[in-house]
Amino acid sequence: MRIIPFLLSLLITAALIFFLDNQWGKLPPLGKFLSPQHGIWQNAEPVNKSYTGELSLPGLKERASVYFDEYLIPHVYANSEVDACYVQGYLHAKFRLWQMEFQTFAAAGRLSEVLGPGEDNRILKYDRSMRRLGMVDAAEKAVVKMEEDSTTKRDCDAYTAGVNDYIRNLKSGELPLEYKLLNYQPEPWSNLKTALFVKYMAFDLAGRDNDFEMTNAKSIFSKEDLAKLYPAVVDSADPIVPKGTHFMPPGFVPKPPATADSLYFSNRDSLTATEMKPEKSNGSNNWAVSGKKTLKGRPILCSDPHLSTNLPAIWYQMQIRTPTYNVYGVSFPGAPYIVIGFNDSCAWGVTNAGRDVRDYYAIKFKDNSRREYWFNNAWRTTEQRRIDTFKVKGQPDVYDTVAYTVFGPVMYDPSFNGFANATSDHSYAVRWKAADSSNELATFGRLQSAANYDDYKEALEHFKCPGQNFVFASKSGQVAIWQQGDFPAKWKGQGLYVMPGEDSSYMWQGNIRPEENPHMILLDDEPNRGFVSSANQVPVDTSYPYFLGSDFPPYRGLEINRRLAQMNAITPADMIKLQTDNYDVFAEMAKPLLLRNIQESKLDDAGKGYLNQFKLWRLRNDTAEQGPVIFKYWWTHLQEEIYDDEFAKSTLPLMRPFESTLLEALLKDSTYSFIDNVNTPEKETLQQVVTTAFMRSVPDLIQAGKEDKLAWGKFKDTWARHLLRLPALSRMHLPIGGGTHCINAAKQFHGPSWRMIVQLTDKTEAYGVYPGGQSGNPGSPYYDTFVDKWAAGDYYPIWVMDMGEMRDKRIKWTMHLKPGNQ
Amino acid sequence: MKFLISTLLIALLSFVSGLYLPWWGVALAAFLVSALVPQRPGLSFLSGFLALFLLWALLAWSIDAANNSILSKKIAEILPLGGNPYLLIIVTAFVGALVGGGAALTGSFIHRRAR
Repeated sequence: MRIIPFLLSLLITAALIFFLDNQWGKLPPLGKFLSPQHGIWQNAEPVNKSYTGELSLPGLKERASVYFDEYLIPHVYANSEVDACYVQGYLHAKFRLWQMEFQTFAAAGRLSEVLGPGEDNRILKYDRSMRRLGMVDAAEKAVVKMEEDSTTKRDCDAYTAGVNDYIRNLKSGELPLEYKLLNYQPEPWSNLKTALFVKYMAFDLAGRDNDFEMTNAKSIFSKEDLAKLYPAVVDSADPIVPKGTHFMPPGFVPKPPATADSLYFSNRDSLTATEMKPEKSNGSNNWAVSGKKTLKGRPILCSDPHLSTNLPAIWYQMQIRTPTYNVYGVSFPGAPYIVIGFNDSCAWGVTNAGRDVRDYYAIKFKDNSRREYWFNNAWRTTEQRRIDTFKVKGQPDVYDTVAYTVFGPVMYDPSFNGFANATSDHSYAVRWKAADSSNELATFGRLQSAANYDDYKEALEHFKCPGQNFVFASKSGQVAIWQQGDFPAKWKGQGLYVMPGEDSSYMWQGNIRPEENPHMILLDDEPNRGFVSSANQVPVDTSYPYFLGSDFPPYRGLEINRRLAQMNAITPADMIKLQTDNYDVFAEMAKPLLLRNIQESKLDDAGKGYLNQFKLWRLRNDTAEQGPVIFKYWWTHLQEEIYDDEFAKSTLPLMRPFESTLLEALLKDSTYSFIDNVNTPEKETLQQVVTTAFMRSVPDLIQAGKEDKLAWGKFKDTWARHLLRLPALSRMHLPIGGGTHCINAAKQFHGPSWRMIVQLTDKTEAYGVYPGGQSGNPGSPYYDTFVDKWAAGDYYPIWVMDMGEMRDKRIKWTMHLKPGNQ
Repeated sequence: MKFLISTLLIALLSFVSGLYLPWWGVALAAFLVSALVPQRPGLSFLSGFLALFLLWALLAWSIDAANNSILSKKIAEILPLGGNPYLLIIVTAFVGALVGGGAALTGSFIHRRAR
């Protein structure tokens, strides 16, 4: 034996293997990653891969079958509800494991564990925000509540077992691609992870407010200006419950604190904390029309939740049939049940209520240890001090101490100022409705087997947060909408700004009684408008006896109601046209105003050319249109011309007025005081700023033309984006029109996430499409199956498979599942 | 002849190791074969290198063909290899080959210097 060469060679080979077995920076462990029998090649599924087979699953009680159709949509036949949940967990894990776990990591503030701290510690800051907000506490409380309900507990246990039975037998080659990219392993699933996912949706949909920005605005602007910049009411809005509806006298009248004027409304404190916010447009459209308005004389229900257009998609489509129900729709990988869908009797859909259920309180701590704070004229010990540990990939652990007050956890304090660069010596506690214990899943569990309006109503009672507009229609002709959730009854202005936290008078005093929540039920024997709808607009007019806040986009709702009112003898095809409509109602109102005020004589030839194009624009945001691009630049520069001078005076985090605010202000008052540029001696007019804004748009438009971005579709550039934001795993540059104010609310990374149309005829006729595919594996041909049709505004007819159709040629694969040991 | 047998054996054993062991099982296979079938170090290295290069290239290529390059194009963008599936196959084969070659070389030193 040649010792020295042997040792040398051994050392080099061992070092090489060590190098290739570990991750270096962004480079995955190349040996593990590229090995054809272990690494990513194993994720490259044969395009004709068969899913047919027989499997023994330990957690199954009786035999079950899964029939996969040509789109890899499973049609599950189970002999019990509990087996159905088990199989659903198994399928979610089989097709979406990485995504479902990653989302719970995001919910639990654990992203830096797998992604590292991020540039400028952004990921770590995100994690700290999630923990401080109390996401994990909220999920733990939710588990207790879920497990109190024997049905939810049974179903969640089965779901968890299904996920874990899949994970347990996962071979290293079958590990989803993203685990290999980031070099980590899945953890066992648990009911807590399911609860974390539910809370993640609560954060996404009810974790947004502008309290800090509004507090800063209050410190800068006069009361008169504040009212002009952030009015409480949008005049053009058409509420969910029609104007003029009579409301019961309030069951609970919250009392404004005696000090509200002096310590709250007139307080001029400002703050620097910068919040992490979920997407502003997490909205949605839904509506249902009664049989009186349809060709077939039966209701049609449409649901269209707007969420981030992620890959793998947020939704997983499936049919589940048990002896007690036969339900079809979309589910959340990470939770049992169908969330939006229909059964043999009825259909339901949701939109976000967008009510403000998160408020902040300024806390006065005795000293830097933050163990005591001033409350009700005494120093009070913090209710709890939690030390959070953050495992940070590639770095030592990070610790964070979170103090709890009577209001809730302290979100920002001298040790954590959100995403702001500046530190602050102030502390703010957060009161968030989603932190209260509740069991939202119970709603979906019960909706699956709902037979009529009463069942729907009973199912809704379990839903507390995030507040949602549940639209409902049944084969028996019932049509209804309820804005459902636990909403605090607030005195006027409560929670608009950060509130004093030194006494109990600013706390939430009670909830609005559930029966007072905005709703509309269409009864056959009463005259009514024949439809219900919601699109995140304000739910009621000003006669509603409670304070609602003001962040409600008006335009989609306006257009939907206007169109539905005109439509008759409606067919599903009409609904497809409506749901994918690119008409811009905001532009319809703004265009005449702009054209009335533009001083054409000041424009050069290029400007005149664009202006002519804008004049000819028929207000549709279709992909090839240039009008929307001209309008976008023009309006953006107009906002700058009007507000920049006032807002640039402050470096504090501020919120610009909503587009609807500026438009309505200018329509009402052409001498709107903010038009004047405070930095110039002269007094600018509306004509001047409109013209200047247009002239500033011309170079932008010329540039866009050079970059081939003058067509709206190219300018807007919609993606179905991978959760890790890797372009290679995303579908980029999708040719789809629409936009923020259109019914087809497709934006760059956000938009219609599940378009569904259900006609409740004896044999249900339904259509659906979502921007993704059934498989979460980027190496599967089913990763992005539906994306192109989605972008084109096309739908897939939904096939509710019947018992007798097991030999139908649409079934490509059959998985027979039997109980037993593997 | 010895070279051919050694190369084929390494490839075969590496493939079998892949069914039961983590990815570095290929190093054990190359080491073992080259320890059992004495060759000059240079030739041993070449056997291991070639065996793994061919094995991994062949496996990756056949998987890629069945997958219509859906995934390899994406991975070749992430790595980054200009989105070229063939480049990814070559890189894959080369990574395996280096390990195979190194392990075979190490194994060859078990023997005394030949003659």
